Amino acid sequence: MKKIEENIFKFLMILSASLILGVLLFILFSVLKRGLPSLSWDMITKIPSGGFYLGKEGGIVNAILGSVYLIVGAVLLSLAFSIPIVMFINFYLRKKSYLANISRFSFDILFGVPSIVYGAFGFTIMIYFGIKASLLGGMITIAMLIMPILIRSIDEVARLVPNELVEATLSLGATRYEMVKVMIRQLMPGITTAVLLAIGRGIGDAATVLFTAGYSDNIPASLSQPAASLPLAIFFQLGSPVEEVQNRAYASALILTIIILILSFSARYFSKKLSKHKV
Amino acid sequence: MRDPEIEIKGNNALLSETNKSMDIIVNPLIRIEGLNLYIQNNHVLKDINLTIPDKSITCIIGPSGCGKTTLLRTLNRLHDDSKEIKIEGKVFVDGVNIYDRGVEVINVRKKMGLLAQRPCPLPMSIFDNVAYGLRIHGMRRRKLVNQTVIKYLQYVGLWDEVKGRVRTPASRLSIGQQQRLCLARGLAIEPAIILGDEATSSLDPISTKKIEEMFLKLKDQYTIVLVTHTLSQAKRIADHIVFMYMGKIIETGNADQIFNYPKHKLTQDYIKGSFS
Repeated sequence: MKKIEENIFKFLMILSASLILGVLLFILFSVLKRGLPSLSWDMITKIPSGGFYLGKEGGIVNAILGSVYLIVGAVLLSLAFSIPIVMFINFYLRKKSYLANISRFSFDILFGVPSIVYGAFGFTIMIYFGIKASLLGGMITIAMLIMPILIRSIDEVARLVPNELVEATLSLGATRYEMVKVMIRQLMPGITTAVLLAIGRGIGDAATVLFTAGYSDNIPASLSQPAASLPLAIFFQLGSPVEEVQNRAYASALILTIIILILSFSARYFSKKLSKHKV
Repeated sequence: MRDPEIEIKGNNALLSETNKSMDIIVNPLIRIEGLNLYIQNNHVLKDINLTIPDKSITCIIGPSGCGKTTLLRTLNRLHDDSKEIKIEGKVFVDGVNIYDRGVEVINVRKKMGLLAQRPCPLPMSIFDNVAYGLRIHGMRRRKLVNQTVIKYLQYVGLWDEVKGRVRTPASRLSIGQQQRLCLARGLAIEPAIILGDEATSSLDPISTKKIEEMFLKLKDQYTIVLVTHTLSQAKRIADHIVFMYMGKIIETGNADQIFNYPKHKLTQDYIKGSFS
């Protein structure tokens, strides 16, 4: 009887794992099948020429660079807030602090807020301050989207820091601020992983940048200019009636996937390398 | 066996009955007066009066949960961050009540090196671990930092073992080496006092022996206070013993006297091993 039970659950686990893997492979397969033939050097080096969306020449380097600018800016902006927040919650407030619990709870809620809500919220604020759709607007909105991810994942590792390490640093006569700097070193592998999670989430999101970063066929030259992004490039190209352009959408998706893959592999590499320095 | 400087003063009213055996010392580095500590509503340390002799090893012994570690941690104010802990009484270090308002906790901690139960190297290289304390206390000149780091690594006998790899992460050292590194790190900030909280309990016998030898070597220059629950260790290295039970100091005195002629029934039982 126990053996049957064991086998049923084993079967269910293998089934769900292979189902998910199958879907993933199918997505990759269809992206590769339609995208690979359309992937050309022009795609990743040229900006769209007139009539690009009707099948004429050009590429999507505006969207590639736009996405990279947006995510780099957003991550830096977001880190500037999330690291101090996590340090405050974990190393300034007491273990069972009411404020810390409330903050954790609210970040959990923010974690679940859909990206279109962040987009709409960012848009409202931009209207209030009279900012037009721009690189800066997009950065700020993506920063808001990824902040809960950064905070909660850094927080998870910060909670595991042994109290002995905090006391060891303090008992050397370090101030609280000096102690926090040591803790940031201790948390480096965790911070790297969090950043890469956040990049994965932020770079692939279309809804946040739709109203806030806008779209442009040019590479943005300043923070106040609108910026294209890969998810929107995919969206616009898919909407074209021309099949060739639709195929280019798949090629763009392939480029996005490759960027995310590169980032995840470097994530693993860096966190492995950095964790060697960890206690 | 080194005897502390003894001088009987007329005014010893501050010292409780139990402490009379621990000779009265002029201007001791550490003196505790009427210390009471509560964790929430539990009275954890009860009316502690204690003078710790300078430049010798004092071991605090007693069964688990008797408050040894709690007492040790009051000496460098490690309880500061726990809201539920309430402390009454005075702890004089170098003539200053460290619980007075206006006393800077950093200055208190600078006077003491703490050796924890488990070695806890900072997430940086071997070199930087020792240099860290120097740097935060304002030593900037590279040459001086180098010299000081090497001096203390040599002092704890680690230099020959690590000299080719001082820039590698400290976490790669063995546990015993890490504990000696932590000692070097503590000594580098030139404290007057060394606190050890069961500092050898996570170490193998050989590393334990090395650390104990270090303590014996250090006691000429430092006042050492150790919490230990291995009686044999106390017998090996202690000059003075403080025996605690249920948050009270039961008996204090020279190691010889406590181990061979304990006055109190509880001390006798504990030393015989009737309870632990």
